[in-house]
Amino acid sequence: MGTTRRRGKWLAAEAIMIVIALIFLVPFYFLLVNSVKSFGDILTNAAGWPKSFLWGNYAEAWKLTAFPKVFWNSLVVAVVSNVLLALISSMAAYRMVRRDTRFNRLLFGAFVAAMVIPFQSIMIPLVKVVSTIGLMDSRTGLIICYLGFGAPLSVFLFHGFVKTVPKEIEEAGRVDGCSTYGIFFRIVLPLMQPMVVTVIILNALWIWNDYLMPYLILQNPDLQTIPIATYSFFGQFTKQWDLALPALVLGITPIVIFFLLMQKYIIEGISQGSVKG
Amino acid sequence: MKSKKTSQLLQQLVFVGPSALVFLVIVIFPFLLGVYYSFTNWNGVSRHAGWVGLRNYVHIFSADPQFLHSFWFTVKFTVLGVVLTNILGFGLAYLLTRPLFTRNALRTVFFVPHVIGGLLLGFIWQFIFVKGFAALGQSTGFSFFNLPWLGTDSTAFWAIVIVFVWQNAGYLMVIYISSLNNVPKNLIEAAQIDGASKGQVLRKVMVPLVMPAVTVCLFLAISWSFKLFDLNLSLTKGGPFKATESVALNIYNEAFNISRFGMGSAKAIIFFIIVAIISIIQVRATKSREVEI
Repeated sequence: MGTTRRRGKWLAAEAIMIVIALIFLVPFYFLLVNSVKSFGDILTNAAGWPKSFLWGNYAEAWKLTAFPKVFWNSLVVAVVSNVLLALISSMAAYRMVRRDTRFNRLLFGAFVAAMVIPFQSIMIPLVKVVSTIGLMDSRTGLIICYLGFGAPLSVFLFHGFVKTVPKEIEEAGRVDGCSTYGIFFRIVLPLMQPMVVTVIILNALWIWNDYLMPYLILQNPDLQTIPIATYSFFGQFTKQWDLALPALVLGITPIVIFFLLMQKYIIEGISQGSVKG
Repeated sequence: MKSKKTSQLLQQLVFVGPSALVFLVIVIFPFLLGVYYSFTNWNGVSRHAGWVGLRNYVHIFSADPQFLHSFWFTVKFTVLGVVLTNILGFGLAYLLTRPLFTRNALRTVFFVPHVIGGLLLGFIWQFIFVKGFAALGQSTGFSFFNLPWLGTDSTAFWAIVIVFVWQNAGYLMVIYISSLNNVPKNLIEAAQIDGASKGQVLRKVMVPLVMPAVTVCLFLAISWSFKLFDLNLSLTKGGPFKATESVALNIYNEAFNISRFGMGSAKAIIFFIIVAIISIIQVRATKSREVEI
């Protein structure tokens, strides 16, 4: 008796949760269903099922947004920035923990303090600095900006993790004739793998979706990433929902697929990052 | 002896050098330069930036009602955004740590809005507020859906709140889930044996033990909502008539739309100081309420 009542109670909770989940999904329903309607159908019948499925909307949006190109641009920037950021920040954090000099302590303090600086607080002079060093309108410039602005949080996360790596293992490696570089790349970095995953996931979501940085650094349309291409597409085709909606579906598809494939790591990575942060 | 010293220096350069260099060039130097610009009337183009002392700051506080409006808008938005995302995130997490069959699927659904960037979400929801809600209003007759969502000051404000909560509650939920799962079972059982009710277990045992997660979630939500930008830009563009312009968007417009880089820099510095003060207060206040097992 007691157990059935208990199960009944959780069933009620489950039903409520499923209803909330359906409400959460409503925006995606609107987006998908209307993306294959004709313009007239969208205006008169935005909530209903399409009268006919116009897959041509997608072909048109694919062409007009130059989707393969902007997807490639986003991918290159996100992957290169991520790999380099994880590499340089893990190296810096390792060194700062193991060589606790006054300089390193000061530098780490600066990294921690800089975590609170909002991007809008440095964006105006940043544009000036980037153009002075000749990296305006280049992918390299954008990537360097991500490395610099991403370094504080990444260094901070690695710094907390290096402390949990036992020194004894490193000493064993040294006795076996490993150099400092060998110890880092062969012993420490593999041991830090959970934090590497966390850092890469947090930075990947940020960089992939970031709008303002590439908007300020890049002008060449051939270098546009997905968010800036979407923004300028919307400026051009305001209220042309039969083109705008399929373009939005294309825009969100890569990151949603990435999430569904990597879900386990993403959820773990966020839990990890927050416990340490 | 000397070679050991040089090898240490080389290691310092190799390990710390790259991060330190990009950090100095991309964050520290622009930040200091921004402090300097905030005392000038630089327009972003001319070579010369004229020194104006504190005039920009005086102007902002005495003759720029739009900035003060943006500030209050951002504060109101932050309060509501932080409270609602945390309540919903914690509620979802609490139920998802119960024995539900569809637990994993539900978690996926609640989290997925977060992986999509604010800019694209704003455009998606623009369609929903303008066309989707109108259609729902026609078929259901609920007046809620027939409001001019992006057309008036207060409904546009709530529109941004709704999308923000929808986007971020799932992320906080994930943090709360991992924290709730870490609450030792024997503590809960001990409380139940001592005769604590469900509500008492929640309030007296679980909540104190998840305080570290609350710290993190409050911190994240404050930081996201106070720096609201992408979603604001794509959903309302600050409209109608700048009623929903966040501080970040106001700074952006000041600098890149009307080319007052000096004034924009002064606003950026004020923005930084406020964010820094909030962060310090917030971390101090919640750290003191945490408990150790």
